[in-house]
Amino acid sequence: MRRLKTAVGLALTAVMLFPVYWMVNVSFTRDQDMRKSPPYWFPVHGTLEGYRAVLERQLPYLGVSLVVGLGTVALTLLIAAPAAYSLAKLRPRGGGVLSFVLLIAQMIPGIIMAMGFYAIFLTTGVLNTVPGLIVADSTLAVPFAVLILTAFMSGIPEELLQAARVDGAGVMRTFVSIVLPVSRNSIITVSLFAFLWAWSDFVFASTLDQGGAHQPITLGIYHYIGNNNQEWNAIMATAVVASIPATVLLIVAQRYVAAGVTAGAVKD
Amino acid sequence: MSMSRVTRTPVRTARAPVPAQGRERRAARTRSGQWAAWAFLAPVVVYLLIFYAYPLYRNVELSLRNYTVRSFVQGDAPFAGFANYAKVFADATFAPALWHTIVFTVVSLAFQFTIGLALAVFFSRNFRLSATLRALFLVPWLLPLIVSASTWSWMLNSDSGVVNAALSWAGAGPVNWLTSPDWSLWSVIIANIWIGIPFNLVVLYSGLQAIPSAVYEAAALDGAGAWQRFWRVTFPLLRPVSAITVLLGLVYTLKVFDIIWIMTKGGPSGSSSTFATWSYRLGFGNLVPSFGPGAAVGNLLILMALAFGLVYIRVQRRQAAA
Repeated sequence: MRRLKTAVGLALTAVMLFPVYWMVNVSFTRDQDMRKSPPYWFPVHGTLEGYRAVLERQLPYLGVSLVVGLGTVALTLLIAAPAAYSLAKLRPRGGGVLSFVLLIAQMIPGIIMAMGFYAIFLTTGVLNTVPGLIVADSTLAVPFAVLILTAFMSGIPEELLQAARVDGAGVMRTFVSIVLPVSRNSIITVSLFAFLWAWSDFVFASTLDQGGAHQPITLGIYHYIGNNNQEWNAIMATAVVASIPATVLLIVAQRYVAAGVTAGAVKD
Repeated sequence: MSMSRVTRTPVRTARAPVPAQGRERRAARTRSGQWAAWAFLAPVVVYLLIFYAYPLYRNVELSLRNYTVRSFVQGDAPFAGFANYAKVFADATFAPALWHTIVFTVVSLAFQFTIGLALAVFFSRNFRLSATLRALFLVPWLLPLIVSASTWSWMLNSDSGVVNAALSWAGAGPVNWLTSPDWSLWSVIIANIWIGIPFNLVVLYSGLQAIPSAVYEAAALDGAGAWQRFWRVTFPLLRPVSAITVLLGLVYTLKVFDIIWIMTKGGPSGSSSTFATWSYRLGFGNLVPSFGPGAAVGNLLILMALAFGLVYIRVQRRQAAA
């Protein structure tokens, strides 16, 4: 019975992940086999042409995405961590209202934010710049980050902070040497998601960085498709490479990922 | 890290009653405490004002003025009142876009939820490899949307796509998934269902874990079969989590833009355009942008998302209080 369940589970997973397999398969397919009917179900005449194209043309895009992702993580933590500490432990008046605003902010469609940002960026001259993109991408993560970190920091035992206070530590000191180290796990969760969202962002990139000299990988792929390009092995190879962060994340930090998905959605 | 702790909404903070004795000293401390508390909040408040409130304000302003590319730069567009909204409502695209938004959202959610729940139940009893397989199911949700969307585009390609190859192998004729107005909306819905299943699976799975196994044992002792156990025990007990999952899914699905735009650009001839893609097309998709109407459509979309968003928050609060 249990063995049967494992077999069914494997079959279901195979069906679910077929598109991912197909992406990998196509990325190894030769140009002349691309329109073959029926297609090769395995890369029988595998080629690395696609990946060569990635190396030749997509490296700058990947570099920009890396910078944008790391910048977004830094900005998000810088803003969210102190706010979460305050909401969780310092009892600000009006803190409830702020949490409510953050919940609402999470629900605003990105395309609408993009239009507002476009208007502002155009007049301030940050349109098509990497810092502009980092700021816009951070709006995907900041409300989530504050809410998650607040929830976690609320669980830090009061005695721990009391002890620090007795030892003469001020609010700032307590934050830096107690709260932050104790919150390591939730900070990792938040950073992973902030990075992944910035890395995957297409809406802001395509509206705010379309004419930029430094463009992220999502636009790299989009240009590929848009040019009516028929080199689908190169497109899919780029897609495979663009999926690496998500894969690494899943392997390295599986439990954080599941935690982040559930966070805020389920009552314990 | 106990994730159950993280899942609680951190809105209410218990305030300890202050004893009469030493109230003044306490008040002074609280006042300085309030300063510190708000000093830590200052960055996020400033951030919200500049990077949320202001763009939203600009968006409302865009929708109320008659902008052209030139007045966009110079900032002297004439006030137009609700003319942009009237234009949007009268547009031939309005009714189809609204209908597509509803179909896209409802059909996506129905399938995501049903499949997600079935998988959650399937995975709820541990078996060999179950944890690993469950983790693999997360992959579609984690991939960048441009990756998923372009993969599906190629799979659904009329001449060389693997889906049509499989159909012809099964004896069915080829379908013009992305290029036929009859099929384009269904194509993007299929891709979107695939992307949304992991979220439903993970959330519903954690909801199932919270149901004590004693309840099942009692039901089994009373002679309830597996099917009955699901409908009489699991489903009712899972209702709160289900409500939250569907409502969050609603808010997320309403704003889906990337997948549709990358796969079909809302076409052919608007057959798969939703409010999100229509707004983008108006603002950025044409050589001559119409920012005003684009912003107007966007604001309508916000209203829809917020309406469901508020319901979600209400439900969640009520559950947290219960």
